[in-house]
Amino acid sequence: MTVVVAVAKRAAIFVVSLWVASVLVFLACSALPGDVAQVILGIGADPASVDRLRTEFGLDRPLIIRYGEWVGGLLTGDLGDSYLTRRPIGPDLAPRIGVTVSLVVCSMILAMVMALLFGMHAALRRRHLDGFLTSAGSQIGLAVPAFWAGILLVVVFAVGLRWFPAGGHVPLSRDPLGWAHHMVLPVVSLTIVQSAVLTRYVRSAFIEVLADDHIRTARAIGWRQFPALMRHGLRNVAVQVVTVLGLQLASLLVGAIVIEQVFALQGLGTRLLDAVAQRDLLVVQGIVMLLVLAVLVINFLVDLAYLAIDPRLRTPGGTR
Amino acid sequence: MKARLSLAIGLILVGLVLVTALVSLVWTPYDPIRVDSAQVLQPPLHGPHLLGTDGFGIDVLSRIMVSAQICVQVGIIAVGIALVIGVPLGVFAGQVGGWGSELVMRVTDIWYAFPALLLAILFAAAFGSSTGTAMVAIGLASVPAFARIARAATLQVMSQDYVLAARACGTRPAAIAVRHVLPNIAPLVGVQASVSFGIAILAEAALSYLGLSAQPPTPTWGRMLADAQTYLFSNPVLALWPGLAVAAAVLGFNLLGDGLRDLLDPRLKEVR
Repeated sequence: MTVVVAVAKRAAIFVVSLWVASVLVFLACSALPGDVAQVILGIGADPASVDRLRTEFGLDRPLIIRYGEWVGGLLTGDLGDSYLTRRPIGPDLAPRIGVTVSLVVCSMILAMVMALLFGMHAALRRRHLDGFLTSAGSQIGLAVPAFWAGILLVVVFAVGLRWFPAGGHVPLSRDPLGWAHHMVLPVVSLTIVQSAVLTRYVRSAFIEVLADDHIRTARAIGWRQFPALMRHGLRNVAVQVVTVLGLQLASLLVGAIVIEQVFALQGLGTRLLDAVAQRDLLVVQGIVMLLVLAVLVINFLVDLAYLAIDPRLRTPGGTR
Repeated sequence: MKARLSLAIGLILVGLVLVTALVSLVWTPYDPIRVDSAQVLQPPLHGPHLLGTDGFGIDVLSRIMVSAQICVQVGIIAVGIALVIGVPLGVFAGQVGGWGSELVMRVTDIWYAFPALLLAILFAAAFGSSTGTAMVAIGLASVPAFARIARAATLQVMSQDYVLAARACGTRPAAIAVRHVLPNIAPLVGVQASVSFGIAILAEAALSYLGLSAQPPTPTWGRMLADAQTYLFSNPVLALWPGLAVAAAVLGFNLLGDGLRDLLDPRLKEVR
C-alpha cells in the first residue's frame, strides 16, 4: 500500500512539472518579441500583409487559447504545422528521434560501463599511482568540451587514419553495419565526457561505502575487499549513481544536440538549430518540449528507481 | 597533499586565464579581428605567428587571447546571476523549512529540466543570439545548483546551538540569515561558484560553436573551433589551440573548486 502511495505522489509531481514546463516553453516562444509573421515577410513588408499572415497563423488570438490548442495537440501527438514549411511538425521529427535516441542511449551505456570500471579502480587503488592517474584522467575528461573531442576524433580517425566517416548517418533498419560505422565517432565523443563525470561519482561513492561500518565488519570476519564490496556495497553505491545518471541523461540529451551538429547527423538537435536560425518558433517549441519531456520522464523513472533500490524510502516516513 | 596539488594547479590555470584576458585588453601580438589575405593559413611555430594564422589570415594566438575576455565575462555574469537568485532561494528554503522548503525543492526539480544549452537555444529563438542571452541562460540554468547547496548548508547551520540562542533572543530571521547563515555557508557556495564557472565556460564554448553566443567579429574559442572545422582536411592543427584553451580554463576552475572542497571537508580527508 505504501508503495502505491509513494509511486502516486511521484506521478503527481511528474504531471505538475510537465504542466509547468509546458507553460514556460510556450511563454518563451509565444509571448516574447520576434513576431513570426514579420520575420517571414521581412522588415520591409507592409503592415496589412503582416496582419493577414498573423491571422492565418492564428497569432492574433489570445495567448491562453493558443496555449490550450497547442497542449491539446501535444496530448494527441500533434505538434502543429511549421510556420515556414507549412507542413505538420510531428512526422518531420519522427525519423529524427531515432537518431538522437540511439546516440544518447549508446553513449549512456558505454559511459556507464567505463565509469563503473574506472571508478571502482580509482576508488580501490586510490593510494596508488594507477588509481591517482585514473582520477586525474577523469578530471581532464571533465574539462574537455564534447564537441572538441568530436572534432579531434574526426582529425585522427576520419581525416588521418580514414577508419570512420567524418559525418553523416545511415538508418539502422537499412544497413546495421553502416549505422554502427557512422555512429562510432559521435558516440565515443559524447562518451568521453560523460564517463569522466560518472567515473568521479562512482569513485567517491565507492570510497564512501568503503569507509562504512558494515564493510569494515565484513572485512573483519574475513571477507576480502572486492567480494565484500560486491555483496554489501553495490546497493549503496547504486542509489548515488542512479541519481547522477538521471542528471547526466539530461546533459547527454543536450550534448547530443551539439554532437549532431559536429557530425552532421539528422537528429532532433540539427532540426532544432535550423529552426532557431529561421526563427520557426513552433518547431523550436515542439522540439524543446520533447526534450524537456524526456528529461522529466527520466527524473520520474529515477525517482521510481530509488524506491526499487532503497527499501527505506517505501515507508511513509522514509527520507532520501 | 592532493588537495594542495589541485589547488595549486587550479590557481595557476585560473590565474593564466585571468591574466590573458587582462593583457589582451591592452596588447595582443597582432590585430585579432582584421582580415589579412596575404597571411592566410600560416603554419604554427614557423615565421612570425607563434600559433599560425586562420583562414582569414588572422593571428591565432591573438584571437585566443582576446577570447579569454568573453570567457571571463560570461563566467562572472552567469555565476553572478546564479548566486544572486540561487543563494537567497536556498537560504529561505532552509530557514522556513516545511512546505516552503518542499516548494523550493520542487521548483528546482522543474528548473533542472532546462539545462543551460536548452535554455540558451530557447532564448536565442525568442530574442536572437548574443552574448547577453547566452550569459543569462547559463546563469539561470545554474540557479538550482546554488539553491540546493545553500538550502542543505542552511539546514545544517540552523540546527546549531548559536542559532537557537539567537532565535531565543528574538533576532529576526533576516538578521540570522545575514549574521549566522551566510558567513557559514560562504565556503560551500564558493566551491560551487568555482565549479559553476567551469560549467559556464563549457556551455559558452558550445553555444558559440553553434553560433548562439557572441556574434562575429567577436572572437570566442567556440567560434574558432567552428571555423577550424572548415579546414580539418588541410589545416587540422587550427582545431587544437582553442580547444586546449577551453579545456585548460575549465580544468583550472574545476581543480580550484575541488581543492577548496577537500580543504574544507574534513570527512573526505579522513577517508583518504
